[in-house]
Amino acid sequence: MSLWTRLTAWLALIFGLTYFLLPLIGMAEFSLKMRRGVYSLDAYAKVLGDPRFQETFTYSVVMALFTIAFGVLLVVPTAYWVRLKMPWARPYVEFVTLLPLVIPAIVIVFGYIRLYNTSSWLPLTGTAMGTNVLLMFGYATLALPYMYRAVDTGLRTIDVATLTEAAQSLGAGWITVLGRVILPNVLVAVLSGAFLTFAIVIGEFTMAALLNRPAFGPYLQVLGANRAYEPAALSVIAFAITWACMGLIQLATHLSKHTKAPR
Amino acid sequence: MQPEQGTRRGALRRLPLVWVGIAPFVLFVTLFLILPTLKIVIGAFQAGDGSFTLQNIRDLATGSIPAAFWISIKISVASALLGCAIGFAMAAAMILGGLPAAIRGPLLTFSGVASNFAGVPLAFAFLATLGPLGLVTVFLRTQLGIDLRALGFNILSFWGLTITYLFFQIPLMILIITPALDGLKREWREAASVLGATGPQYWRMVALPILFPSLLGTFALLFANAFGAVATAIALTGSSLNIVPILLFAQIRGDVLGNPNLGFALAFGMIVITGIANTIYIWLRARSERWLK
Repeated sequence: MSLWTRLTAWLALIFGLTYFLLPLIGMAEFSLKMRRGVYSLDAYAKVLGDPRFQETFTYSVVMALFTIAFGVLLVVPTAYWVRLKMPWARPYVEFVTLLPLVIPAIVIVFGYIRLYNTSSWLPLTGTAMGTNVLLMFGYATLALPYMYRAVDTGLRTIDVATLTEAAQSLGAGWITVLGRVILPNVLVAVLSGAFLTFAIVIGEFTMAALLNRPAFGPYLQVLGANRAYEPAALSVIAFAITWACMGLIQLATHLSKHTKAPR
Repeated sequence: MQPEQGTRRGALRRLPLVWVGIAPFVLFVTLFLILPTLKIVIGAFQAGDGSFTLQNIRDLATGSIPAAFWISIKISVASALLGCAIGFAMAAAMILGGLPAAIRGPLLTFSGVASNFAGVPLAFAFLATLGPLGLVTVFLRTQLGIDLRALGFNILSFWGLTITYLFFQIPLMILIITPALDGLKREWREAASVLGATGPQYWRMVALPILFPSLLGTFALLFANAFGAVATAIALTGSSLNIVPILLFAQIRGDVLGNPNLGFALAFGMIVITGIANTIYIWLRARSERWLK
């Protein structure tokens, strides 16, 4: 390999890394500058002590957990069933699960507002609880491509048909098969889908803002329009959460390589 | 003929029971993905009284809407082109450029994080860096005497938004193109050089034609990705930049166009554009996978 190739490669890498690191450094540095002249954690203290932050952040975490629970309950049985009984339908189901990547979230939530308003047949937006449920379904839709692909990839690595027959011949019903045989076998895949869902829901802005729910994303946007240093501090926290989610996915995948018996 | 008919009749008889297994999924997808989208698409072709009309589509050519589509498309093309070019350069440097192998893992992990670090926080990160009081702006002004503002740069502009979007475009390109670059077999390069090809000739006549569907497909995906981005744009520019997602956001909030059905048509226009881009991506990805087995 020529020196010239090597040099260009290093230049490309350094250029890219500079571009990626500068905004992160800028964000972190800015978040520390609230007190004049010295670096301090004032912005973080102020933000973490803000009751609005605590409310909206808790709201988003709870929504993320519900979305994950609902997503797992919806996707695992479906992906399992399609693999076991309807392999011919797999391309169609997969296509449908990719649609949320094609249709922008803003269009989907626009449809929700028109379809489930107070004068419709299913007035979900009429009550706060109904809107929460609708938002949770919206999040589940956004996470569907990632969740389905993760679970389906997990199912590919196990012999679904044999496991099912073995469990059934020992007297297991469908719920036992799914909950105690299939789910533990694809747990790593489910976990990576879950962490990705968590990262998506915590920062989501469009759906929560248009459905008027007190989530973290809209709070961050309003704060950004009115304050200088606190939004930077919150962005650092949001970035740390994204890192944590991705790190946990890597960790889960890494651990699974060691627990699986060699074939 | 006979046996085939028999199995088909058997399949039909079993059909309802088999379908029960995916009924919850079908119900969910119908209610919260298909029907809401259809509502928008049908609404785009309806007048206020519910009768069929093409007037809404025609009205897309009025007022600030064509300008919004044009700016949106320009930002999406610019950020997709630059994202493809820089992402490709970084991935190629990592795989083919003789960099230490230890770089690969961290770079791919970081790409996974950065491609998901979009939305509101990303906008603040860039405001803190290239905004009026940002790290880079202040450094350039006080240390080097370069005033970005005087040079005409503004983070709340076409280039500001494009540079910000690159933060999730480049990593996405790296993630998608890495398997394609890994799929370039060493034998192809050796075969080419045995036949007397130079490095540039190998790239022009062998590698790039093989990578071309991947490159073009990823470009389409990045285009759609930028076109549908709402949160970053709103957090960065408020409503000062007239692009389609911001216009649609304002329309849903408060009917700024003064015609609900025109809002449907605007959303329909978004679906058409992201739909075309994604169709190109899916079609080309299928083509490129032929070489990468």
